[in-house]
Amino acid sequence: MGAKVCDLNRVAELLGQWADSRTVVVPGAPPENSGFVPFDGKWNALLPGTTVRSVKDLLFAQSDMLFGYELEDGAVKFTEAAVPEEVVAVGVRPCDARAITMLDPVFCEDPDLYDPAYQARRDRTTLVVIGCNVVGSGCFCTGIGGDPHGKQGADLFITELEDRLLLEAVTDKGEALLSAAVLTDASAEDMEQSKVVTGTAREMIELPIEGLKEKLDNMFDHDIWSQLHETCLGCGVCTYLCPTCHCFDVTDERRGEAYQRLRTWDSCQFTLFTLHGSGHNPRPTTQERLRQRFMHKLNYYPDKHGVSACVGCGRCVNNCPVNIDIREIIRQIGGVTA
Amino acid sequence: MTSVERQLRAECRRLLEDKEVDVILGYGRGTLPLRTAPVFARQAADVDNLVWDVTCENSLAVYVPRLAGQRIAIVAKGCDGRWIAEQISENQVSRDNVTVIAVPCAGVISRRKLAEATGYKPIMSGVIQGDTVAVAGTDWEQVLPISDLLEEACKSCIYKGAPFADIDLGRVDSTGSDGFPDVALFSQLNGEERWQAFSAEVDKCVRCYACRQACPGCFCKVCFVDKSNPTIIGVTDDKSDAMVFHLVRALHLAGRCVDCGACEKACPTGVNLRMLNRKLQKDARELFGHTAGLDPDEKPMISSYRPDDPEDFIM
Repeated sequence: MGAKVCDLNRVAELLGQWADSRTVVVPGAPPENSGFVPFDGKWNALLPGTTVRSVKDLLFAQSDMLFGYELEDGAVKFTEAAVPEEVVAVGVRPCDARAITMLDPVFCEDPDLYDPAYQARRDRTTLVVIGCNVVGSGCFCTGIGGDPHGKQGADLFITELEDRLLLEAVTDKGEALLSAAVLTDASAEDMEQSKVVTGTAREMIELPIEGLKEKLDNMFDHDIWSQLHETCLGCGVCTYLCPTCHCFDVTDERRGEAYQRLRTWDSCQFTLFTLHGSGHNPRPTTQERLRQRFMHKLNYYPDKHGVSACVGCGRCVNNCPVNIDIREIIRQIGGVTA
Repeated sequence: MTSVERQLRAECRRLLEDKEVDVILGYGRGTLPLRTAPVFARQAADVDNLVWDVTCENSLAVYVPRLAGQRIAIVAKGCDGRWIAEQISENQVSRDNVTVIAVPCAGVISRRKLAEATGYKPIMSGVIQGDTVAVAGTDWEQVLPISDLLEEACKSCIYKGAPFADIDLGRVDSTGSDGFPDVALFSQLNGEERWQAFSAEVDKCVRCYACRQACPGCFCKVCFVDKSNPTIIGVTDDKSDAMVFHLVRALHLAGRCVDCGACEKACPTGVNLRMLNRKLQKDARELFGHTAGLDPDEKPMISSYRPDDPEDFIM
């Protein structure tokens, strides 16, 4: 896989070249923009840490039409969802890209059983990851098995050197982007420098994740949940911003004379998430719902897929209105003696 | 520890040891710099965690309706105290079951403004020093006046103390009057400009309902957005659906919203949630002479009728 270099003052030109045949999106500038926005010709150096809204939004949209249907001459006529455009997301962080590798098993692991809306966007999105040289507020990827310069999930991986970017292709999709005219070949010295710059970002907090999943196997009825849940507001911020959260609802909506089947985000933190048709709700209070969130992330998902579904991006930590902190919860679970 | 904190902990210890209350709603140290978080104190030992400073942003009254039946003490900023008055007026809690501990509040720091003022650089530590706050990252330091960082809701707040208190740890005097200059400014926009401004805010909404969940006035067992058979509102983040959510929620708060700003603080994407509520607060005052949360014995505005209520907008 190839490696190229781009001078910092030519990055806007590079993105412009990519934008010739694709839609290029980049992190939007806060406070007005919380997620990825179309590239407008100006490249600004990335802020430390992540965007508020994660890259999952590009693949697993807040609302997506699965298909349309209407009655025509007594029969049901189906309409397929529009084909998504080709997108290059530039400035994705390694945590977000790693998170996509945790959404893939849920939505499109099986070629015979996949989510068509997710698959369509996944196929047409190229993830250009920029590694973190400095740690962001609330970040803890190294504490949960991540790496601020990890290439998992990336199609193209960029390391910020002092006056230039080093671009390394990870997949064929990434390789295709290296043909841009403004790029020059990477030298051995560039590769050496990339190993040096990781600097402070790797010195992050440690968390007791060793044996965490096994410990939680026996903690479903533990007291800890009754202590942790009371301040939880039951909003969906943690789940909506979390790059690995993927719960959804399916509804049918009428638009004029035609109908659409929609998939929209849902949250296990919402009161009615598990309300049965019978009227019974197995998760009636924040206690059961808070437990669900952390068990899913740290126990149920690892059971099925072998890794914790938390990438340490810090969004829930930074944005929970009442400062419920998954790092603290992991520490408390770690401190529980059997 | 400040003297207010010392007194606060002493009073709270007494309330719990004498079994006068079942639970105290207060603030404790958070896990990030310049962050405090709600805490529930039930044992006397818990009170040592209680703090009070300009980062105590949460509207603790949000927990009161869900603690129905328990005897509650609440560390109350002015807005929290006004929410308690409103909740008593709306029969969500009985006056006998609430012990209001008024604390002196001249406003709280906005995390959003702090992030913007520090160029979104990661903050590793922060210290409150009188009327400034000193923040630092790995290789930088900055001192900022707190007055530049106040939440918008705090800047327009004129009722700075709780309207009544069982334990008074000091209250900042209420001053001035609220002429709703922000609403007047917005009213200068023409229809198309207002639509654009409102659309721009709604476009940021992801329908997480943090605003609703943080609001001490939103305590319906089943919110209108969750109703089906019939469904009242679409669930997407499409402008048409999100707008209905915000318009209806604002109307549900007409005459009730005390402008604590909990909604704005909770919103992860920075939607200007007070835009509509401010207009409705102004309407409530000008049309019906009503300001929410000043008197627990006053009937709620929407459920009151006076023969001289203005009607010119009806006929």
